[in-house]
Amino acid sequence: MPKIIVDGIEYEVEENKNLLEACLSLGLDLPYFCWHPAMHSVGSCRQCAVTMYKDENDKHGKLTMACMQPVSDGLRISIKDEQSAKFREHVIEWLMTNHPHDCPVCDEGGECHLQDMTVMAGHTYRNHRYKKRTHNNQYLGPFINHEMNRCIQCYRCVRFYRDYADGHDFDVFASKNHVYFGRSEEGTLENEFSGNLVEVCPTGVFTDKTLKQHYTRKWDLTNAPSICHNCSAGCNIITGERYGTVRRVLSRYNSKVNGYFLCDRGRFGYEWVNSDKRITQPLIKNAQNGHQEKSTKEEIIKKVSELISSPKVIGIGSAQNSLEANFSLRKLVGKENFFNGLSESNNKLQQTILNILTNGKVRTPSLKEVEDFDSVFILGEDVTNTAPMLALALRQSVKLKPKAIADGLKIPVWNDAAVREAAQDEKGPLYIAAVTRTKLSNIAKETFTTAPAGIARIGFAVANIINNDSPAVNNLSDQEKEFVSFVADNLKSAKKPLIVSGFGAESEDVIHAAYNIALALHGGNKEAGITLTFPEVNSAGLAMMEVKSLDDAIEKIESGKAETLVIIENNLYRNNPKEKIDALFEKVKNIIVFSTIENDTTLKADYVIPIGSFAESDGTVVNNEGRAQRFYQCKLPDGEIPESWRYVSEISKSAQIDYFASLNTFDDFINSLIKELPQFGGIQNAAPPSGYRKVGQKIPREPHRFSGRTSINAAENVSEPKPPEDPDSPFTFTMEGYHGEPPTTAVPFYWSPGWNSVQSINKYQIEVGGELHDGDPGVRLIEVNGENGLSFFTEIPEKFEYDKNKWLIVPLYHIYGSEEKSNESKAIKERIPEPYVALCKKDYEEFDLNGEKKIKLHINKKEFAFPVKTIDDLPSGIIGYPSGIPGMPFTEMNTFTKVEKLH
Amino acid sequence: MERPLTEHIKAGKGPLSIEEYEKSGGYAAVKKILKDMNPKEVQKLVKDSDLKGRGGAGFSTGMKWSFVPMGDGAPPGDVYLVANGDEMEPGTFKDRVLLEGNPHQLIEGMIITGYAIGATKAYIFLRWAYKTAAKITVKAIKEAYEAGYLGKNIQNSGYSLELSVHTSVGRYICGEETALLNSLEGKRATPRAKPPFPQVSGLFGRPTIVNNIETLSNIPHIINKGAQWFKDLSATGEGGTKLYGVSGRVKKPAIWELPLGTSMREIIEEHAGGMSDGYKFRGALPGGASTDFLIEDHMDVAMDYKHTMEAGSRLGTGTLIILDDKTCPVGMVHNLEHFFAQESCGWCTPCREGLPWTEKILNSIEEGEGQMSDLDLLEFHTTALGPGNTFCALAPGAMEPLQSALKYFRDDFVQHINDKKCPWRS
Repeated sequence: MPKIIVDGIEYEVEENKNLLEACLSLGLDLPYFCWHPAMHSVGSCRQCAVTMYKDENDKHGKLTMACMQPVSDGLRISIKDEQSAKFREHVIEWLMTNHPHDCPVCDEGGECHLQDMTVMAGHTYRNHRYKKRTHNNQYLGPFINHEMNRCIQCYRCVRFYRDYADGHDFDVFASKNHVYFGRSEEGTLENEFSGNLVEVCPTGVFTDKTLKQHYTRKWDLTNAPSICHNCSAGCNIITGERYGTVRRVLSRYNSKVNGYFLCDRGRFGYEWVNSDKRITQPLIKNAQNGHQEKSTKEEIIKKVSELISSPKVIGIGSAQNSLEANFSLRKLVGKENFFNGLSESNNKLQQTILNILTNGKVRTPSLKEVEDFDSVFILGEDVTNTAPMLALALRQSVKLKPKAIADGLKIPVWNDAAVREAAQDEKGPLYIAAVTRTKLSNIAKETFTTAPAGIARIGFAVANIINNDSPAVNNLSDQEKEFVSFVADNLKSAKKPLIVSGFGAESEDVIHAAYNIALALHGGNKEAGITLTFPEVNSAGLAMMEVKSLDDAIEKIESGKAETLVIIENNLYRNNPKEKIDALFEKVKNIIVFSTIENDTTLKADYVIPIGSFAESDGTVVNNEGRAQRFYQCKLPDGEIPESWRYVSEISKSAQIDYFASLNTFDDFINSLIKELPQFGGIQNAAPPSGYRKVGQKIPREPHRFSGRTSINAAENVSEPKPPEDPDSPFTFTMEGYHGEPPTTAVPFYWSPGWNSVQSINKYQIEVGGELHDGDPGVRLIEVNGENGLSFFTEIPEKFEYDKNKWLIVPLYHIYGSEEKSNESKAIKERIPEPYVALCKKDYEEFDLNGEKKIKLHINKKEFAFPVKTIDDLPSGIIGYPSGIPGMPFTEMNTFTKVEKLH
Repeated sequence: MERPLTEHIKAGKGPLSIEEYEKSGGYAAVKKILKDMNPKEVQKLVKDSDLKGRGGAGFSTGMKWSFVPMGDGAPPGDVYLVANGDEMEPGTFKDRVLLEGNPHQLIEGMIITGYAIGATKAYIFLRWAYKTAAKITVKAIKEAYEAGYLGKNIQNSGYSLELSVHTSVGRYICGEETALLNSLEGKRATPRAKPPFPQVSGLFGRPTIVNNIETLSNIPHIINKGAQWFKDLSATGEGGTKLYGVSGRVKKPAIWELPLGTSMREIIEEHAGGMSDGYKFRGALPGGASTDFLIEDHMDVAMDYKHTMEAGSRLGTGTLIILDDKTCPVGMVHNLEHFFAQESCGWCTPCREGLPWTEKILNSIEEGEGQMSDLDLLEFHTTALGPGNTFCALAPGAMEPLQSALKYFRDDFVQHINDKKCPWRS
């Protein structure tokens, strides 16, 4: 490792780094703007200037930009010398010539990298006495606020948006001191990762518009480490609360999962927690008039505990809720009476995915590891819309091969602009087989569109070419054969091929085919991987609980073995036909629903029990990789709405169920869960236990500058109420506690002396951009099953044939609209598409619709009229049906329907 | 006195056609190298001639070429040659003369250079305003293609080169070779960090040589007459002739091809006919707007790379801008800094923010609103915007006239500030 000398002190540093990274990793404070650990160096801001000396006799030295200077053995620099210190001060002075100095009214104030760097660089006195240039701001949609006057032209936004996230509708315009960062015209930023501009921007140009609706300074937020609940990727987030409402979500760094970034559904989909549809009080149905009437916690515990004392109780758990919540219900009703609310086919699909994860021979990489695969084949999954951060990771994976070109020219990987220049438009191989072109198609070598059966057949054929132990496929078309051989050749020549698929196509055949390819590639000198998505945040965790399907539950009820149904956080109408659930509810005597929010299922309930959302609960969830991760409450739930596991426990205690007698704190639940279900062994290490103390103290959820605690209730009472206690976590609900670095496996907020912005993450990492000091949060529960694992699947589906009397319904996904909870968030609502169904242009024309705007579909034996739109590359004979969009009924996918003209 | 570059250019007569050019000995050099020399030999010859880049930086041309990876270790694919005709340096119009007067001389120089570096494609990157030059070069390229000097298998040598013209949309920064390459690729014209140098990763990420029009126009003559002949052309041994120009209040502002190292006195007094009647010489920017002022004391400085440097300036483009005694030096520098501030690409902080600031200070001094502390701020910028501190050479160049004006014409600045008005204004 090279040794460098900084201000006379010798340090050992990592090879192949630039000087700025090296200095920051050493913990030295050197200000910067344009450099970003995930986007590297371009040398534009000139803020990280240091003085470099030829040798120990060189007394003058020469300024150099640390971010553009490779480290080398014997490199001698100074940060403290007057020359470089003055220059850095002046860089701030230049940046400030046009900055509006509006910190008091700027949303970034208090967590502004520009503020931090200004203080660090020491600029105080303004010499510029002329007018500032000003800009017009743009409307950028419901997520992002634009305030261009604050811009210091670091170019990070455009580099993130265009170069990192491959967005197109954002750019830098004009030149000199008029450079402008925005869109060519006002309008919504279309990229799914636009929200990262909020964290990437070093000042207040791009700020969180949802935060603006209920603004709070960073120092006044009560924060908690959490996990995004909006898909199965399990991105790490920080939730922040003030006065009882959640104010915002920030990315929480995890070098194994989401790194520095989040998708917009994850960042802005939290607002439902504050929605008017939240259930805040227990409701009991009046037997006479059928109305749900407000009740009290005491009353509902009493009534429900009587009902559950009967042996005829069954429970339906939730993939949107924690292991602990599901475990408590499973324990209450008994494992043979515990179900997941999914149809038998969906249940089987998820069990298949889990089976490959746990019993397959091919390893599933973490989200971040996906970036390191050099050839990717996606089967049937529209990842941009089902697991958006996986799409962002795949977008980085195709940039690997181009980086090799730069490497060949000896351009260091951190020299970002030069790497891009050398690579030009070169992309690594990515192939897609899907029902229609997806957003990733624009970086794919080729996208083959066909029906789900066709996707599976292509997959099986690819596997067969790579390894003929995998069964062959007959009757492929010439086009299919050509695509298959392209894909097979490419995967074969890759060192690290990755197969991506998942729940999205709602086809077991597709998943089987995906596994066969991965298995065919497995072994030898290849490091093959398989990544499969699940539909919800804890689908994997729930599936791991050996849970049964809704169909089994219905059978129990129909056979009279059950008469009371307890549902936790599961709107059965969302995943099942209305008629099926209506019939079920008809037959059940008592319906008890634990829910955060009002929905069709809670409206049918005899007893509605409000529970805390992810922001108000502690819990553990398992992502699609099999990684157990802990989330913590950022706010104490109202007394009436505790966490679901606590509520179940209280009811069970009231019903005098012995098992729950000793279950009091969150840790108790974890410990009994592991004991009962050893497959979850390890989750206790996903984050620190409640007993964790640092220097004898708990970790504060509030920054030490939290203001006004003693005056919040002063209008009512001058004596401050006792701060709430938290027996379940290592955190306090106040600013009291240990003020140094918290355990990096559970960081409530990032802060370090002099570093108030999110850039302070540097201070929590061993090497900047690398692993966190105490390791990253979460524990992988599943590792590959060696060589005794699953072998090839053998059942190849029949070819899909066009039949104009029988239309195949396939799901189409929307990042905004296909996820239940985020659909109730204000900003997200503005982005949800109107109901529609899609077919290809040829079918539309053959249908002779004569410009008709709507068509009639038979769903669950009923007729529905939907606006129709054409998608060119959808295969003939297929109806694209958006999954989960408000205003559209549930329908089983991959089933056939009748389509008719409206008139 | 030999004038190889301009010998056949006659004012007002239009460009030499290919026939006229061939008749004057044109394209003999191409035939010679394709027949008798390998690329390394061409490189060596040019290196031996001591030809230095005529765009302003003065780097050895042969040396620059030698950095292009060639032979077995070279990555397969295109190699590019770009002629930099984005002549936007204020006061500079020498390349225009060569482009409009003898385009085939440039084309021949490019074919030879292309051969020497193994180029497959070449571009002439032209300043937006050079519409006539664009027409002329496009026509000349067509003639050269038809005569078999361009395209596939040139003169049955097995060497092929495609050449086309690209007209810029008009930014000073496009004269910076890496910004030029970005612009040529259709990207924003911001410079690139070096390393990697264009010779390794240039246009479209491929090995690329960017040479000035005047530089390339010299090549055929070096091939024809040899390195020693070229060296002997100059007055001071730096090699070759130079197109010198004079603008400002002189009797005969124009362009002349003179031995490199001709003294400033000879250029101004003999060739430009001396100062116009009633005007006195106060100073000159010797090589365009981005060079330091030289004053009366420097009249006998030989205008070559070495001696102008020793005098505290740079040869730059070799086209002098004269400051006379009836023109306000503050106003002149203000005008220049306005230009540079406008032309900053906006990429790096010191240039983007520092240049407009100096412009505003100079404006306030001119308007009688200056303060003595403004001089310190100007001084500060002249060092803070120095080489290495900014991303490219634009801002350091912009500081050269300012720093030398502060040195030689400080009294004028002080007078503005004390009198609270510009003494040249009534």
